[in-house]
Amino acid sequence: MKNFAFNVFVIITLIPSFWVALSSNIVHAAFSLFFTFFGVAGLYVLLGADFLGVLQVLVYISGILVLIIFGVMMTQRAQMEHISTRLPGRFAGAVLSVLVFGGFMVAVYKTAWPKLTELPEPVPTTSEIGNLLLGKYLIPFEVASVLLLAVLVGAALIVRQSVRKE
Amino acid sequence: MLAYSLENFLLVSGVLFCLGIFTVLTRRNTVAIIMGIELILNAAGLNFVAFSRFVQTQNHISGHVFTLFIIVISAAEIVIALAIVLSLYSTKKTIHVEDFDELKW
Repeated sequence: MKNFAFNVFVIITLIPSFWVALSSNIVHAAFSLFFTFFGVAGLYVLLGADFLGVLQVLVYISGILVLIIFGVMMTQRAQMEHISTRLPGRFAGAVLSVLVFGGFMVAVYKTAWPKLTELPEPVPTTSEIGNLLLGKYLIPFEVASVLLLAVLVGAALIVRQSVRKE
Repeated sequence: MLAYSLENFLLVSGVLFCLGIFTVLTRRNTVAIIMGIELILNAAGLNFVAFSRFVQTQNHISGHVFTLFIIVISAAEIVIALAIVLSLYSTKKTIHVEDFDELKW
């Protein structure tokens, strides 16, 4: 049952992500990113990360994906064709990424991971994540909040200058 | 059929990462490059959670916190990147990366 669910989510994740990389229509690429994010959320839930699964749906699908689709729509007037490089460049990119993938697979299968002999039952993680964020990881948490504030101000500033120039 | 194991999760995230690399390397459209970066960040987050599930660790939730920070960073990155892209688009009327070469010496 677990294997079946894993395979379903792998298919939901990987086939649209090939479309993201290869489609010649950027709107199709943006919408297949939806399925990729959703499949990754499913994989998180399968790994016992309930909080992260929900967060993936909330932040990636309803936040980041909407922003990307906005970006696609607002730059619609720029040439939609030729969103990829010409064939030699694409060939070189494919060779490079296949090489990187081969390196990964060698590393994954040659390493003796200190695996758990028996997988524990998944437990609710939200309260434990809250404890860690306000305990061990308090300083990174605060830095992240400052980062988000800086991003908010910076994005408004960048866009405002270009609007004012017009 | 893939089994539910650490190696297969790493395989999936490796495929995601390499597709992200391919997208970043071969797209000319800036928004499509941003999509490739999102694929890469998703692969990294998936790795952290997979390791915290299958590998002996002191605290099996630590990997989740790291993925949480990855999600925060990627949200911040996407907002700034799209602000820059829209700003460039309103001044140059193009979003092809090879047209943005003012800083090239």
